[in-house]
Amino acid sequence: MSYARNLRCRECSREYPLAALHVCEFCFGPLEVAYDDAAIRSAVSREAIASRPSTLWRYHEFLPCEVESAVDIGAGFTPLLRARNLGKALGLPNLYIKNDTVNPTWSFKDRVVAVASSRARELGFEKLACASTGNLANSVSAHAAAAGMEAVVFIPDDLEAGKVLGSSIYEPTLVKVQGNYDAVNRLCAELAGSHNWGFVNVNVRPYYAEGSKTLGYEVAEQLGWRAPDHCVVPIASGSLYVKIRKGLEEFAQAGLIDPPKTRMSGAQATGCSPVATAWAEGTMNFRPQRPDTIAKSLAIGNPADGYYSLLQLKETGGACASVDDNEIVAGMKLLAETEGIFAETAGGVTVASVKQLAASGRIDPDELVVAFITGAGFKTAEAVVDHLPAALEIDATVESFEAAYDEPAEVPA
Amino acid sequence: MAIRRLKLTFPTDLIKEPVIYLLGQKFEVITNIRMADVDEKTGWVVLELEGEATEIERGVAWAESEGVRVDPITGDVVEG
Repeated sequence: MSYARNLRCRECSREYPLAALHVCEFCFGPLEVAYDDAAIRSAVSREAIASRPSTLWRYHEFLPCEVESAVDIGAGFTPLLRARNLGKALGLPNLYIKNDTVNPTWSFKDRVVAVASSRARELGFEKLACASTGNLANSVSAHAAAAGMEAVVFIPDDLEAGKVLGSSIYEPTLVKVQGNYDAVNRLCAELAGSHNWGFVNVNVRPYYAEGSKTLGYEVAEQLGWRAPDHCVVPIASGSLYVKIRKGLEEFAQAGLIDPPKTRMSGAQATGCSPVATAWAEGTMNFRPQRPDTIAKSLAIGNPADGYYSLLQLKETGGACASVDDNEIVAGMKLLAETEGIFAETAGGVTVASVKQLAASGRIDPDELVVAFITGAGFKTAEAVVDHLPAALEIDATVESFEAAYDEPAEVPA
Repeated sequence: MAIRRLKLTFPTDLIKEPVIYLLGQKFEVITNIRMADVDEKTGWVVLELEGEATEIERGVAWAESEGVRVDPITGDVVEG
């Protein structure tokens, strides 16, 4: 059963029923799901969780929907890998990679959409919708298909072919919107108010955001029921960055781990770095930016949780890096070459940010560090395709191969 | 009548300008501020605009032409 009790305004603490609401009617602050914490504490145990299937639903007591009717396409419980090679390259002997590229639609968005689609169905919505530059649209389309719901996804008209295909295979109504980013954004915000659809990242957002907490739960469980010393998380809207810490804190509140002292650091692309810029300037007022970066999945110029991200940076003693497009590509290549993981541009942002933070002493080499890799590389193949070595092209003869391959032949013993 | 909930972000050179007063004077819209934070460098105001849809659109276009950034209160709803 779900232990969700109500929605609560993050600013003024006013309470609302568990409906399709996302902002407080009084102060317009964001709404969050509040739970019966005492009941969760008495209901959960390490043993019970460890015995459950390897999906995010193993943490169902902490989520705002009924597990029995959940939309489950196998999201979550992705590998936490000890990144010895990358750690050696960056001078971080205790570096781990949380590899969320292996979710059903190859990004962490499956976590949030699993929860949002489940709750949307409980609330009686027949259509699931979103506005997206790729990953979210893919995940909404897939979950709607599995849930027997109609999907309506809005995408910019210049989106890469691979990302369009990643949605259209599930047969949603795909809407390509002409105009600049702000125009698309405004249209979708208005449509969410005028159509009775489950817009996962608008009117269902309080539930959607809860899915990100599961990354915090998983990391703690996979580390042997403890919080990491330091997390490095890509920041787009800031929701993921904030909710990972919330997950760690809820686990501590439920008695599953000791209270976390985790330093939370952020990673942004220089071409869209409202949080990193405000953090560097020492202000809590970020200025919205017009995104210009190859890391399109992080290209949110006016992040909904920007303020809360800045607050968390301050509270936890974290730092916020920003890295340019060349560093992003280098980060993608470094991760692939050292750990065998092909991440999308957002992963390049995270790896390059870990490198920057380690080099500047913001990450202590003794810390147990977890870097969050949130999407697979085939989604943004265009970013690296011109930076990779060419294949050897040869005739089908041994001589041709030996001539092309730059190493003397070894005679088998 | 329509209602729009918006976040207005002001650049430094507009901090001293009475933009919201002028919005209510120049256009047939009611401005209702719910949250705000303004310092000497930058500032934002979250407000509700009530009026005919076309009048709200004209008012928003004017504010943008003055250099104010206007967004839905939810921030960017187009996600990665």
